[in-house]
This record gives sequence, structure tokens and C-alpha cells, in this order.
Amino acid sequence: MEKLIAQDIYYLMYLGRAFEYKAKEHYMTGDISGFLHLDIGQEALSVASMKAFEKGDVFTTYREHIMAIARGMEPKYVMAELFGKASGVSGGKGGSMHLFDPSHFFYGGDAIVGGQIPNAVGCAYARKYQGNLEGVMVVFGDGATNGGAFFESLNIAATHKLPILFLCENNEYAIGTNIKRAAPFREQYKKAEPYMLTKAVDGMKADEVYNAIKEAQSLLEKGHGPIFIEAYTCRFEGHSMSDANLYRSSQEMKHCKAKDPLPYFKNKMLTEFNFTQEEIEAVEKKADESVQEAVEFATNAKEPSLDALYEHVFYEELNNVVS
Amino acid sequence: MLYREALNRALDELMEKDENIVILGEDVGLYGGSYRVSEGLVEKYGEKRVIDTPIAELSIVGNAVGMAIGGLRPVAEIMTANFSLLAFDQIINHMSKFHYMSNGKIKLPMVVRFPQGVSRQLAAQHSESYEQMLSAVPGLRVISTSDVNHAYHALKKAILLDDPVVFIEHELLYNKKGEVNFNDTMDPFKARIVKEGKDITIVSYLKILDDVLKSVDAIEKELNCNCEVIDLCSLNPIDYDTLAKSIEKTSRLVMVEEDHKTGGFGSQIVSWVAEELFYSLDAPPLRIAGEDVPIPYNRKLELASIPTVDSITQKVIEWGHKNGL
Ligand SMILES: Cc1ncc(C[n+]2csc(CCOP(=O)(O)OP(=O)(O)O)c2C)c(N)n1
Ligand SMILES: [Mg+2]
Repeated sequence: MEKLIAQDIYYLMYLGRAFEYKAKEHYMTGDISGFLHLDIGQEALSVASMKAFEKGDVFTTYREHIMAIARGMEPKYVMAELFGKASGVSGGKGGSMHLFDPSHFFYGGDAIVGGQIPNAVGCAYARKYQGNLEGVMVVFGDGATNGGAFFESLNIAATHKLPILFLCENNEYAIGTNIKRAAPFREQYKKAEPYMLTKAVDGMKADEVYNAIKEAQSLLEKGHGPIFIEAYTCRFEGHSMSDANLYRSSQEMKHCKAKDPLPYFKNKMLTEFNFTQEEIEAVEKKADESVQEAVEFATNAKEPSLDALYEHVFYEELNNVVS
Repeated sequence: MLYREALNRALDELMEKDENIVILGEDVGLYGGSYRVSEGLVEKYGEKRVIDTPIAELSIVGNAVGMAIGGLRPVAEIMTANFSLLAFDQIINHMSKFHYMSNGKIKLPMVVRFPQGVSRQLAAQHSESYEQMLSAVPGLRVISTSDVNHAYHALKKAILLDDPVVFIEHELLYNKKGEVNFNDTMDPFKARIVKEGKDITIVSYLKILDDVLKSVDAIEKELNCNCEVIDLCSLNPIDYDTLAKSIEKTSRLVMVEEDHKTGGFGSQIVSWVAEELFYSLDAPPLRIAGEDVPIPYNRKLELASIPTVDSITQKVIEWGHKNGL
């Protein structure tokens, strides 16, 4: 990993966490509503995966604010979406769970567990068809690997040797259900083993995630066919703001928080990448300012007009279509 | 008692009596159910009878069908109606048809519980209503419940029945307060006359019925009339007798529903009235329903996408004035 990339990753992880805490705060005040799924604790995975997979296309879930930002969306437009404002990335119509930006090859923001996986497989087919092997990365949780969409996708991706990276974020929980109560084993890569190359990494370590995904993308580009990476991680908050997190003991939470990806990577910055304390503080300051700016922007942004309700139900006006 | 507590009570009472009753669904056990309907039941009846499933809706309903064939009486919970779409093959091709296809040899005593509707800013993939699709499936009983007492009695009947039932609840009703009359002898699968009146029949169901009730005062004052409000309760089969009696008396029909207007459930009621009761009518029927758009996140847009107390009041008054009331 180059020094500049390390700096970028730390900046985005730090920014991501600050962003999530602000979102939490503004959920409490009512500026943000609905389901808000915080990514605190999983920043290394969200940031390093996006940074490593710079080319290609990305499909992901509802826990995607940090991924969207790491993919290149500006924090202020993401925050504005959480606030339901017209200048939000989805015009205020999608909200926290539905961030879309095709200009960054980022296709949601899907809140039907597992639903994005077949879509990503289809996109990988399209890319291969077009002669483009940069690849598609599809991110999903350990809750999605028990559903039919997942198994069907492994089979189709392998049969067609598609350029797709399956990235499983295994935080061991689907809302309140531990993976061990929903599947016969904790390691979900075992399900993909018969179909494709698999790898398991520590999702709390940004460098490990980064290197694994970088390598995977270069394999895809060489025409390797589908790859499955599983990253073990841990969310520090409840499933969403509606979840009191009562099913995890304080012991378990302590164990989880001991693996905090931020101090781990900060230490790497100091020891391996030779940043000074001052340089790191400058990075943190810049991130804090960006989040502050995002909140101000979202607060002052305009609500969508009522006409927006009927816009974008269809792409075409019927009378524009001639056969 | 709260609506969710009434449902919990119904489950608890029947599970106590019949050990063939099992519950299955996502987070129904240790977590207590996402809307707390099954709270406390795994502690009481164990993990063998209150089964936490993986996120696999097709299997939840598919397994329930198999459990029913095997002699159990499953009550499956779909976390939110939108996720039931993954189970529609099982609901429509299997659950609804086995009894008929087997010439009555197979029966499926099972219930699929189904929270649905626009809650609060949950956006397009968590806000839908599917009664219009479900009620169009022959062989499937579709029950909706809008009231605490009704919820208790209707869920009990649904579980005890030997037919497959889809039991629709509304996400905004779980904390609704009300009394349960344990000695009630009502048939919870028949329409309920919630308020009697003689001039306008307003038909509704689920949560939007509460909004109808809140708009009635203003409507009656402005139109100087008397509204009869009916809660359909059973969306398949439909209790046409109760509706016909009311509409013959009032000569006017207003249908209020939360689902999208095109192909929405109320279109069946209005088309039936047009065919069967045309000459009893003094005014064209009025249908108030959701807009034909996916449900948006923004609160203002979300509220504009479905009927509200204000829009119901305004639309009924406008229609009344236009039609000689
Ligand atoms: C098909 C479907 N079923 C159920 C849900 C409700 N639900 C939302 S998130 C979730 C848990 C998902 O867990 P996981 O895939 O591990 O992702 P995590 O939340 O841990 O990031 C569930 C059950 C849903 N959104 N879609
Ligand atoms: Mg998980």
C-alpha cells in the first residue's frame, strides 16, 4: 500500500465514523427518520474495499453511507439524502438505505437482503459481454448467505466465469440472530468453495482488506472468473436505530470494540507509513470539517417539491417513444 | 391492551392448548419479533416451537406448508410485507392450491402473518401493501385487522381454521390501545360495522380505517349527513352481504384504502357495486387510495403518496357537494 492511499483510507475511516455519529445525533433530533443503519466499527471494511476496488461497479446494501462516500460521493450530498432533501444523492426519495450514483458506478443501497446479488451477477455478465473485465463487486452481510438469491448467484457466476467479486461482511449478526443459529457454521466462504476461489480476511484491518481486494481485482482483470472474499467484522451499534442491541452481552461488546479498526490503522500510519502525530491530526481536522460542512449543507438544503412525487416513476414520456 | 399484545395473547393461549402450533420467522424467538408480537413465547415454549429462521422467506412459507402437511399448525411471520415477495411462489403456487389440486385430500391449517403498509419514512422497499395481489388468489383466505379486540379474535380463528390464511397487520397499529372482550361472540371473518349511519357508506380496512374515523366528524358537519363506517376484515372472501345491506340503505359508497389506486383492492368493491347495486346508488362511488408511485422517503412526499385524515375529509366533502349532499 502506498503512503498516499494509507492517508486516504485513514481520512475516510475517520470521516466515516464522524459522519455516522452525526447521523445518529440528527436521528435523535428528528432530522433523519426511517431506518438508519450505522456502520460504526466496520469502517475498515467499507473504506478499504472501495479504495481497493477503484474500477468496476459496486452493488451493496442499506448499510452503505461510508461506502458511498469512499466511492467518491460527497459527504454533503449523502447527508442531504439522509435528511430527505432535494439535493440528496437520490433527491430525498431514497433516504439512508437507497444511495445511488451511476457516475461513481455505485448502484445502491438495496434494502432487500440478498436482492442486490443477482443484480450484480447480471451487471458482471453485461461487462464481460462488453469486453470489460474490471469487474463487479457485490457487498452483502452474513444474513444474505442463507438465502436462495445467494446460492443461485454463486452457481450462475461460476458457470459463466463472470468477473465478479463477492464480498461478505460477516459481522456475525442478522439483526438479533447470530450466524451460528442461522447456519451450520460461522465461515460463509465455505458455501462458495465448490464454485470459486475463496479467501477469508480480518475485516477490522484496513490493510488486510485492501490487499486482498486489490489482488482479487487484478485476477478478475486477467479473466480469472468469480472470487469470494469473506471479511470478519463487528458492528458497534444496534442493527439500526430501532434496535436496542440487547442480544449482545457487555462482555461480547467489549471484545468487539477491542478490535476497533481506527486505532489499529492509526498505529500503522505512525509506525509503518511514518506519519507524524501532527500530520494525522491535520487529516482528522479536515475530516471533521467535511462532516460539519455536510451537516450544515443538509440542514439548509431545500425539501423536494411536491411535484417530485410523480417524477421518475417512468423514464420515458410515452409520446416520446416511436417504434 | 395493545394491538401487538392482543396478537401475542392469542398466540400464547392457543399454543398452551395445542402443541402442534409452532411459530417460525426471522427474529421471532430470542429477539421477540421485530414488532414484539412473539415476545416471551420462546422462553415459554422453547426453540422447538418458536423457530428463528435464516433470512429465507421462500423457505419460511414453504416449510410452513410442509409442516402443515406433516400435521403441525404453523404460524409463519414475514418481517415486512415487501419481503413476502420472495415467498410468493410458495404462497400462490403451493399454499393456496394444494387443497384444490388434491381434490380436498390435503388441507393446510397454517397462517402467514404479515405486517405491512406505510409506516414512517421507511422508503420504497419497506412500505408496500399487498392485499390486492393476495386477495386475487383463489384458495387463500386474506384477513386484515385494524382493531385490538378484532386482532385477538381474528388471529385465534385464523390459527384454528384448517385453511391457509394470510393475516395482514399494519405496522403503525402495533402500539394501538384497546380493550379485548374475551367473551365476544363476533365472527371476526365478517365485515364489522364500526359506526352506524344512513347517508354514506364508507368502506375501509387496516390502519387507514382509523383515519377515516378521524375524518368523519368534519365530513358529517360539513355535509350535514350521517356516515356508516365498515371495516372489511376479510378481504377474501369478501362479506358482500354486509356491504349490500349498508349501501342499499345509504345509496352512497366511499372506498378508502392505502394501497396504490390502480389495481388497488377497492377497485373490486367498486366494480362489484357497479355490477350489482347500480340502481341503488344516488352518486357515483368515490375511491380514495394511494398514488401510483413507489413510496418516497421524504416525509412530505410520503404523506402526499397516501390518504391522510385531511385528504380524506377534503375529498369526501368535495364529492358530497358535487353529488347533492
Ligand atoms: C428479504 C429480506 N428479509 C428480511 C429483511 C429484514 N432485514 C433487514 S436487514 C436484516 C439482517 C441482515 O443481516 P446481514 O445480511 O448480516 O447484514 P448486516 O445488517 O449485519 O449488515 C434483516 C433480516 C430484509 N430487509 N429483506
Ligand atoms: Mg450481519
